[in-house]
Amino acid sequence: MRNRSVRWLVLALTLLSLILTACGTQPAAQPTAAPAAEPTTAPAAPAEEFTFGMVLVGPINDGGWNQAHYEGAQYVVEKVPGVKFIYIDKVNPADRPNVKVEQAIEELIGQGAKLIITNSAEFADGTNIAAAAHPDVFFIHASGDKVLTGEAPPNVRNLMGRMEYGKMIAGCAAALTTEAGKLAYLGPLIDPETRRLVNSTYLGARYCWETYRGRPASELAFKVTWIGFWFNIPGVTLDPTKVANDFINEGYDVILSGIDTTEGIVEANKATQAGKRVFAVPYDFEGACAQGEAVCLGVPYFNWGPDYKRLVELARAGKWEPAWEWTGPNWSNINDPDTSMIGFVKGPALSAENAAKLDEFIAKLADGSLNLFTGPLFYQDGTVFVPEGQVADDKTIWYTQQLLAGIEGQSAP
Amino acid sequence: MAVTYSLPRMDGMRTDRLKLAASLTRPMLALVAAFALTTLALLSTGVSPLEAYRLVLFGAFSTPVRLSDMIMLAAPLLLCAVGLSITFAGGLYNLGVEGQMIAGAIAAMVPLRLWPDWPPLLLWLLAGLSGAAGGALWALLIGALRQYANVSEIFAGLGMNFLASGLALYMVLGPWRRQTSASLSGTDLLPRDLWLPTIDRLRLAPAAPLIALLALAVVWWALTKTRWGLEVRAVGLNPAAAGRLGVAAARRMAETLAACGALAGIAGMLQVVAVHHALIPNISSGIGLLGLLVALLARADPRWLLPIAVAFASFTVGSIQLPLTLGIDSAIAGVLQGALVLFALVARARVR
Repeated sequence: MRNRSVRWLVLALTLLSLILTACGTQPAAQPTAAPAAEPTTAPAAPAEEFTFGMVLVGPINDGGWNQAHYEGAQYVVEKVPGVKFIYIDKVNPADRPNVKVEQAIEELIGQGAKLIITNSAEFADGTNIAAAAHPDVFFIHASGDKVLTGEAPPNVRNLMGRMEYGKMIAGCAAALTTEAGKLAYLGPLIDPETRRLVNSTYLGARYCWETYRGRPASELAFKVTWIGFWFNIPGVTLDPTKVANDFINEGYDVILSGIDTTEGIVEANKATQAGKRVFAVPYDFEGACAQGEAVCLGVPYFNWGPDYKRLVELARAGKWEPAWEWTGPNWSNINDPDTSMIGFVKGPALSAENAAKLDEFIAKLADGSLNLFTGPLFYQDGTVFVPEGQVADDKTIWYTQQLLAGIEGQSAP
Repeated sequence: MAVTYSLPRMDGMRTDRLKLAASLTRPMLALVAAFALTTLALLSTGVSPLEAYRLVLFGAFSTPVRLSDMIMLAAPLLLCAVGLSITFAGGLYNLGVEGQMIAGAIAAMVPLRLWPDWPPLLLWLLAGLSGAAGGALWALLIGALRQYANVSEIFAGLGMNFLASGLALYMVLGPWRRQTSASLSGTDLLPRDLWLPTIDRLRLAPAAPLIALLALAVVWWALTKTRWGLEVRAVGLNPAAAGRLGVAAARRMAETLAACGALAGIAGMLQVVAVHHALIPNISSGIGLLGLLVALLARADPRWLLPIAVAFASFTVGSIQLPLTLGIDSAIAGVLQGALVLFALVARARVR
């Protein structure tokens, strides 16, 4: 977790619409108060129940993005006494054609929610509309940036995890393992977020390919195919199951997932059972390896719980202020459930030898000796992303314009 | 639907009353059967059917916001159902209504994106005309396929629906995509002053239901009070016979399709300027097909269109609360709507 004073400084700067200073690697974790909240000795103070609600774009049990958010909310309920959690999931035009985000939010507020979390970039406009209509309710738009751009009402905060690190680790694990030297990325839709995550994966993969495998970057194939949405919508998106099988048939032997659901690992597992050797790196949810233990190299995941707990307490205490937050891992232990927003669980398919190398890689990221967003870095069309000798700042990374040179796939629609 | 049976009297009214009784018994039976089936589905999920019905039937009326959400859904629904009652009168099954709605929405976007600086009133008018023209054109293609290629309007309509969805997807991901991203969530929101005037707190754009009611009145009048309506109904009953009586049957059929398409197109326009304020891939949201159910249930009788459209819209809006309060899927509204139509059709078929 990032140092609080740095975060507030960052906030102040963004609100003045100044360019963010590069935070690079974060200092050691801020000591979040140990969750020794004795619920048994509940004094009269938190007598009033605090209800918070969540609008999720997909189902709460998708084994990915949405499940991670749901579990984050469950964490809050567990750790904070007197808190009630309600939610509406599957709020998307395919599952609920006549339900708009504003409507779902309205229902949650009708049930007494005082704080609303919306969990998709797609929900930005709806969240802002609802927030403007309910100035007395607090909103967290996860993964959004409307606070940064100044388009959000004052009761809205943005929260996102620095998954770039998780993806670098994922890319490294893939590059350490691939036999064919061919990595495939199952991409959702194309936007700055998904581009920067693909780029991070590629940077991690390229580094470990060159450093630990001793091979030149030109021998590493890295391809991304975008399905068009965060998950499969039959007849509208590409079918991720089919895309994953295309990867396998084209000889890619590690499938890295960037979508909310688990088709990548499921298909890799099937192919492996059928005699091929295909590995997978799922995404988003700590438990995602369960969909195919034998092929899982590990999973970069979000741990929303601690930040949601902090923000729920902030809202309850009435100390809410607008903020755009981008929380990194707790580098002293990226898998600490109480402090680290971003984690990486190694999977059973990662060999012990490669696991050791991966740990070394993580240690370099942690102590700041390695920053993969160091120039020179080039976009696909040859333009400069980060000039030689410079390090990309947060805003440059957040608003990544294109995929990096070396990646095969569409940068823009 | 309170029905009182009266003893048959030995006068001229007798047969009429029997007819009325008979015509109401069948819907009543269908209603009972539909609720029985839905109750069965609810019981299988283990929730209290009474509680679920309370939400589905009356949930939409519990708060002003829900009520206005219902109205904003009922408006395009009524437009589609009204349009479909024209094609039904002409004996056509216009399953392409969904695509006509999408085509209308896309067409309505054109002036809004080309000249966003023009006065809003003019733009809304243009969007409405353009939407109606887009929907009508889409429907006329079906008519042409039917007339000249001998393709059933049902299959032509379904095909055109796919084509329209594809076109909407293409526009959202292609020419009209957001800056820097391609997302299926839709185009950028329209500038605020191009939204149809909306009561913010309620999300209610009063013009939408007014347009729908106006359409209902005009179509009712045209179908029942004009020679054109008479001819359309004659064509619907028997095109060959109507043709022998000097009615231009093919022309009338094309006109009904165009009229239905235009109304569906206006519904699509409302989805853009009054509901979503953007073009989204699923801009029709199944409202066209729901309108088909409304028209089927109303037997294209204009008197029933409004109440049934309002009822169906309430089911849909009311059911949004189901997952939240009872933990069951809101699809139960669809079960109820589908069962109602199914049993209504069965009841009618049995009498024939």
